[in-house]
Amino acid sequence: MAQSEQEILEGLAEIVNEETGLDTESVQSEKSFTDDLDIDSLSMMTIVVNAEEKFGVRIPDDEVKNLKTVGDAVSFIAKNQG
Amino acid sequence: MTAERRVVVTGLGATTPVGGTVPETWDAILAGRSGAKMMDFDWVEKYELPVKFAATIHTQPTDVLTKVEVRRLDPSAQYALIAAREAWADAGAPEVEPERLAACIGTGIGGVWTLLDQWDNLREKGPRRVFPLAVPMLMPNASSAAVSLEIGARAGAHTPVSACASGLEAMGYAYEMIRNGRADIAVAGGTEGAVHALPIAGFAAMQALSTRNDDPERASRPYDTGRDGFVLGEGAAVIVLEEYEAAKARGATIYAEIGGVGMSSDSHHIAAPEPEGAGASRAMVEAVERAGLTPKDIVHVNAHATSTPVGDVAESNAIRRAFGDDTDGMPVSATKSMTGHLLGAAGALEGVLTILALHHRIAPATINLDDFDPAIKLDVVHGEARKLPAGDIAALNNSFGFGGHNVAVVFTSV
Repeated sequence: MAQSEQEILEGLAEIVNEETGLDTESVQSEKSFTDDLDIDSLSMMTIVVNAEEKFGVRIPDDEVKNLKTVGDAVSFIAKNQG
Repeated sequence: MTAERRVVVTGLGATTPVGGTVPETWDAILAGRSGAKMMDFDWVEKYELPVKFAATIHTQPTDVLTKVEVRRLDPSAQYALIAAREAWADAGAPEVEPERLAACIGTGIGGVWTLLDQWDNLREKGPRRVFPLAVPMLMPNASSAAVSLEIGARAGAHTPVSACASGLEAMGYAYEMIRNGRADIAVAGGTEGAVHALPIAGFAAMQALSTRNDDPERASRPYDTGRDGFVLGEGAAVIVLEEYEAAKARGATIYAEIGGVGMSSDSHHIAAPEPEGAGASRAMVEAVERAGLTPKDIVHVNAHATSTPVGDVAESNAIRRAFGDDTDGMPVSATKSMTGHLLGAAGALEGVLTILALHHRIAPATINLDDFDPAIKLDVVHGEARKLPAGDIAALNNSFGFGGHNVAVVFTSV
């Protein structure tokens, strides 16, 4: 069942917290993964793979570079959720 | 440089099977407590391992590190980081230019948990589920890199790998770096986190491990006729080494001086020690000579003594070969009787215990020595700890590794 964007944001924040230790509250839609959250490419790949599992989506490697902000990732997941 | 640079020890850190810190570990050693216990990993029964006990870590890293640190570091690097933090804080976190600060952390095996966990991921879930940090976690230099990141060391991060001599070799390497002017301060030691099914199965296959499954705490018994192999341990030990004049000038606590380091290789057999101990004795003699001392000055030896039938005798032969009749009355302690064998961290932990023996002037008792093997020609401290003399004293720490690596370090009181 598809989840709301708010649910996806909350789920993604948990994944980011697990990987980086960042507060879940700091993971907000307008935040840039690299510039605001200081997430490097290796951590990003882990977040992506964990998000795929959690949300039942496939995020192709080519797509990852387009996911600049947390909001980009939430929208992508919402759009592609089965 | 006009005068020779002297190198002293100003900080100690350890996380071991008998304690989560140096004070806890030292208390356990003086109390004669064993760190060996039955393993509760599911793979012990799953693979029907012939050895069901080990000297596992006393304090879980999850109790002292952040969740993210635990996630991103192999257990071996977690232990190294814990020990390095304690040592660095113990030294008073000295101010030093990063370019003059080094990190040298040896390991025997490296990130074997990560290697095997990620291999399972690959086989069960496919390549995409292999953790992106798999390689930097499993590489043997992960621990020296983690420590160099932690303290900001930029003079060099080095990882001596010489099986069970790695930890002491790393201390020797750091000593040389300071002595020859490449660094002013170094954080050095060894780490190992290899209590895992594969190393246990491998060591068991070569009949190196004790199989005393019904009595783990009595299994590590160096010099006893009933010894039947070593007890696998895990953990890390780290010291802070510092150029003497600078340490004195900043008013640092100086635990000991590194008097001299001796190293050699057997070129005899990939795993067996050379039975006459020629290579090992050369390392010991070299360490004593470089310290400007004679065998009579050595008042305590922390032996490698792993509790294998062959190894303990070979080391006894080597010590006698090195020191002759001066070996009589030279108190030898085999602390692996309590800690088990920490492989690449063993020499580092025993280095710390040798330093503490000098500092507190007490040689710890070897436990489980009920029936002394007449083939051992050493004065082994057992029953109770022995007081060391007042005045200027020196102690020797031996560490040997598969491959024929021999390292001996002489520590002196300051």
